[in-house]
Amino acid sequence: MSDKEIDQPTGVETTGHEWDGIKELNNPLPRWWLIILWITVIWSVVYWVLMPSWPGLTGHFEGVRGHTERANVDAAIAALESQRSAEMQQLLSVSSINEVESDPQLLQFAMNAGASLFGDNCATCHGAGGQGFKGYPSLVDDAWLWGGALDDIQKTLHHGIRSTHPETRISAMLAYGETGAFDRGQIDDLVEYVMHISGRSANQEAVVRAAPLYAQQCVSCHGPEGMGDPSQGAPNITDAIWLYGGERADIRETIYSGRAGVMPHWTDRLTDEQITALAVYVHSLGGGE
Amino acid sequence: MTQLDLKLAQEKTAVAQAADGVAVIDAAPVNSAVARQLYKKREPIYPKLVHGKFRVLKWFLLFATLGVYYLLPWVRWQRGPGEPDQAVLVDFAGGRFYFFFIEIWPSELYYVTGLLILAAVGLFLATALFGRVWCGYACPQTVWTDLYIAAERLIEGDRNQRMRLAKAPWTFGKVLKKSSKHAIWLAIAAATGGAWVLYFHDAPTLVPTLFTGDAPASAYLFMGILTFTTYMLAGSMREQVCTYMCPWPRIQAALTDEETLQVTYKRDRGEPRGPHKKGDPWDGRGDCIDCKACVAACPMGIDIRDGAQLECINCALCIDACNDIMSRIDRPKGLIAYDTDKNMIRRTQGDAPKVRLLRSRTVFYGVVFAVVSVVMLTALTTRATVEVNVLRDRTPPFVQLSDGSIRNAYTLKILNKANVEREFAVTIDGAQDIRMEAVGETVAANEMRVLVRGDDVRSIRVFATMLGGVERRASTPLTFVIRDTASGEQTDNPTVFLMERGS
Repeated sequence: MSDKEIDQPTGVETTGHEWDGIKELNNPLPRWWLIILWITVIWSVVYWVLMPSWPGLTGHFEGVRGHTERANVDAAIAALESQRSAEMQQLLSVSSINEVESDPQLLQFAMNAGASLFGDNCATCHGAGGQGFKGYPSLVDDAWLWGGALDDIQKTLHHGIRSTHPETRISAMLAYGETGAFDRGQIDDLVEYVMHISGRSANQEAVVRAAPLYAQQCVSCHGPEGMGDPSQGAPNITDAIWLYGGERADIRETIYSGRAGVMPHWTDRLTDEQITALAVYVHSLGGGE
Repeated sequence: MTQLDLKLAQEKTAVAQAADGVAVIDAAPVNSAVARQLYKKREPIYPKLVHGKFRVLKWFLLFATLGVYYLLPWVRWQRGPGEPDQAVLVDFAGGRFYFFFIEIWPSELYYVTGLLILAAVGLFLATALFGRVWCGYACPQTVWTDLYIAAERLIEGDRNQRMRLAKAPWTFGKVLKKSSKHAIWLAIAAATGGAWVLYFHDAPTLVPTLFTGDAPASAYLFMGILTFTTYMLAGSMREQVCTYMCPWPRIQAALTDEETLQVTYKRDRGEPRGPHKKGDPWDGRGDCIDCKACVAACPMGIDIRDGAQLECINCALCIDACNDIMSRIDRPKGLIAYDTDKNMIRRTQGDAPKVRLLRSRTVFYGVVFAVVSVVMLTALTTRATVEVNVLRDRTPPFVQLSDGSIRNAYTLKILNKANVEREFAVTIDGAQDIRMEAVGETVAANEMRVLVRGDDVRSIRVFATMLGGVERRASTPLTFVIRDTASGEQTDNPTVFLMERGS
């Protein structure tokens, strides 16, 4: 390979390799490309020293910077928390949660913070917009089992409903059919009674038959007019809103099997100021009393 | 005498004469389309300094454009308490663009679009009239390259000295010259990047922090990027940017016509070219003595005598170079001048040359420019100082309340673009039997009064409840009317009220 062969049109040396008359040119790599290649090679060595790199038998070389993504995340969260701490502190220091709504800036902060907390923690059951599902109460309407004022919502969030918290809100719609308390005829009559007091057409004879039974068994929670009682979580059974459905079959199932939905308590998982923000947000969804 | 000096001295004595007292310059158009081949290494260009009215104009424009660029961030403009006092500021953190008396919100970015349209049409108009004046005088690439060449000339001397230095062996003197040149270039580049970031921060606060290391990381990043690009584009890439990277040379062909004034070598007067001996008559030959002064002056490395070409940025330095030669050989100036293709044809046919600025395309561009200007000006002067966005809740689209009535929820975002706090009255128009409520606000007689701080946005959650007994339509049009209680300025913001049909 002592004498170089020069390709005529381009004036470039060939490698001497030939395929069907086509010869390979020996063009060098561009200088700038080589420089970048060598810079990256050198940089990789620097990187090995600075950053966690080589695996060992019992662990790995951690790098002189001691870099870990976990530490970065912790620092980022701490920075975010300190950035929010002024408003969070303000949320914590209000004497009454109602004060939050009268301060436009604080209200805006609480609603934004509450919206993201709601998406993370509440939307699974109550829906992305708080619209609720069968068995999971809607938070956007004006029917509240345990009260829809700001401090009622705050308390529900803190302690939960039928949760494991010692101060949980608790009550139950008993399974009157399963336990044999009511027979089939009585249940059918009560279904007609509920249809009647919620303003729909019902068998009047059955309504008359059921009235004493209602007065005896149901009044203590649902009240004489069926308006419910938020202090016991007893729903109003005269209005248009039905957590478990308002048709005859739904009402019959409710009386027969009972209802006892559970809302977990959030004291252990969220801070007090987060719960305050969440309460303000839920209240602003529309159902607030 | 070194060998090189000897060789150069020999060359000097052998130099050809283009005319009496005018030497032929050994300059080749290395960047012309013919000479420039793919796979060929770039041949350096050493533009020779010229003197003349276009060089003076270019110095003036260089100082004017660079002066505006470097000094504009320092101009102050009082806007009132709590507002930045920088005349031109792009405030990303606060979401505002300030330009003297104009303050643009992110939602008004279409004004910037309008400004860009105006700039584009203006460029079309200028190009149709005078060719690539943008490229030749005002393009940052041209201005900074000119500045870099000036710095190069200051350290290394003019064309011949620079060429000699490039060929010279690496002595201490050469290293010193080269390194001081690059140091000046880097300083200019850093100042360029440094001035750029001042448009995005308060200049007097940012500059000290840039030196102490306390400036935001983005400031250093963009300063670094612009330092690098300025140094590369104006230092080593130069004419290659215009020839290979820029789309404008390709577009200009469609914007000019045969009546466009461009830097032109008057072939009809110059040809046939050739050296002229003292005492010979000028009849029967052209005025071009082929001295190549125009080629040596060209920063793009082309020969203007080849005619209009995409490499030519119309910087007019060849005009100055040629005029200098013409006065020395006692021929009329303007062999290379701003002229039109059509005039060359006219002269060849014996007609008088003329300049036609009013042509259908220039009139069209002019009219478009005027219309866009008027629209922009009207929009800017009459723009509302309050803007409202109505965001309707989508999950759920509507809510049935316990008494059977239907409620929709909306978030009103009220943008108060004035610098003072204002009170707005919010009412709902368009549908009957709608009751309005709002979170944290009292609504009296279906009207809500809200205070919005100056230069701020306030979002308010509003509920509209349609009372029972109203005919149920899937969608009912509604209008949120927001009125400034003091000035009466009002915006109507249409939206809809949704519910289940016939339920």
